[in-house]
Parts: sequence; structure tokens; C-alpha cells
Amino acid sequence: MLTAFDKALLNLLQAKLPICHHPFAELAAQLGSDENTVLHRLQELKNAGYLRRVGPFFDSNKLGYQGTLVALRVQPSNISFVASAINRYPGATHNYEREGRYNLWFTLLTPDRQLCEKILAEIRSLPGVEDMMSLVSRKKYKINVQFNLK
Amino acid sequence: MDALDKQVIRVMQDEFPLVHEPYKALAQKINISEEELLRRLQELKAKGKIRKMGAVLQHREVGYAANALCAWKVPIDSMDLIAANMSSNAAVSHCYDRDVHPGWPYNLYTMIHGHSRKECEQIADTLGSQNGISSRVMLFSVKEWKKTSMRYFCEDENANIF
Repeated sequence: MLTAFDKALLNLLQAKLPICHHPFAELAAQLGSDENTVLHRLQELKNAGYLRRVGPFFDSNKLGYQGTLVALRVQPSNISFVASAINRYPGATHNYEREGRYNLWFTLLTPDRQLCEKILAEIRSLPGVEDMMSLVSRKKYKINVQFNLK
Repeated sequence: MDALDKQVIRVMQDEFPLVHEPYKALAQKINISEEELLRRLQELKAKGKIRKMGAVLQHREVGYAANALCAWKVPIDSMDLIAANMSSNAAVSHCYDRDVHPGWPYNLYTMIHGHSRKECEQIADTLGSQNGISSRVMLFSVKEWKKTSMRYFCEDENANIF
């Protein structure tokens, strides 16, 4: 169970990790706590699986990468094989089986267009892949996974 | 962006140490001073290459058990307005305008998080009625095959996987 202090700490850490010599001391000051308490609690929350990642989150386009959301229609008997093949590409970061006409959806980030097209052609030719759409993003309106814990 | 910036980005994708001086520890890994690392990070942040410094929580652990990718068919003329409205809903974590395809007219994608599937549907109903959009498809996840953070500028080390 998360305590009120945990929730306040996680809400603050989600929004802003200071870039300075003692970032956790700065967070602690904002919470009216101390550096050791914050570090100790964060380690426990991390061990309990609450933290997926801590650090910088990059704007992929500004780093020169391009992203697309790819929808596939895959024969159900091949879906495990196809999903595993997709997972081997480092730029395929999220891969979900979903309900509906297109049953496998993954995101792909690549440093250039040629690599994107090469990977998509490889995936399109996998056994059981009947249809594929690459849904390139035109504009990102929101990209912030943040939860307000109350 | 120079070679050192790329090195900084690479090391910052390693685990962020939960210690008193985490940046000092990271700077040591790439043999630069803590001051240099802090300066580079501030600069990447100021340029928007770092869009946020912080944590991402594990959704399921914080009680958001269901997620649905909801695709909407939105008139192009009101795209900006509707996308901004949907983005302002706290249950929506991602909102992107995407290309359409033959037979697939949906052009706006929202990732909706809720405590249950039913709650995701209710949120989508609200978003739809608030914006006068009835054409949508809810893509509930059946199985998570992969969920990782991107590792930028690591194509060379990744190449070793194959």
C-alpha cells in the first residue's frame, strides 16, 4: 500500500527530477523530508515494482528518429511467431495483441526512413501476416504518461 | 549535437542510481566531470531534446489495470481543437494524429487508462460526446508482447543482438 508520503513523492518524481548535484535532497526539501528518507523509500518503491524508469525522456523526433504505429492482421496460429520476430528489433518498443480486424500493434522507432522501410518489408513477409498498415504520426498532441496519485 | 552529447544520452539510458550524487556516478562512467554532465543535460532540456526528467510509473502497480487504444475519425478542420480537448483529460496519456489508410478512416489515436475495461469505455463515451465524435474503434489489449523504453544511439550495440 502506498502511504500519503509515497504518493506525494511519486507525483513529484514523475513531474520533475532536478538536474543538480543532490537531486534527491532537493526533492526532499520540497516534501519537508530529508535526503536519506527519500532515497530509502524510493529504493523500496523500486523493489516493489512501482517505478518503470527514472531519468530523461527524450523527444524522438528532435533526436532525429522517426516513429510509426504499425497494425498487422496475422493468422492466429502464427501470432506468437510474428510477435517474437518483431520483438527482436530494438526500435520496436511496444508490441500488443489487440482485439479487432488488426490483431497485432507495435510502435517502431528508427534513425532513418530506409531502415524503417526495410524492417516493415521484412515483417510484412513473415508467415501469417495478411495485411499491414503503417500509421505515421503527423502531430503529437500529448505524450506524457503521468498519473496523479491521490 | 556532438559525439559527447550522444555519449551522455547513452549513459542516461542506463539505470539512474538512487544515491546521494547520481549524476556524479553517471559522469564517472563516461569519464567526464559532473559539471560537464549537468551542463549538457540542462542544454538538452532547454532545446527540448529531453522533454522530461523524471520517473514513469508501472501502470498496473498503481492500479490502472486496463488500457485501450481508441482510434477516432475526426474531421480534419477540427483536429487541433478536438485533439487538445481529448489531451486535457487526465485518463488520456498519449494523443496522436496519424495517417489514414484505405478502409481505415481513423485519424486520431488516444491511449486511455482506467481501472477496468468498463471505465475505459465510459471515458471514451465521455470523450466522444464532449467532442461530437461517434465514429471510433476501441482496441483493447489482449496480450502485452513487449513494452520497453527506446535506447537511442545504441544501434551499434543493438546490432550485436542479431
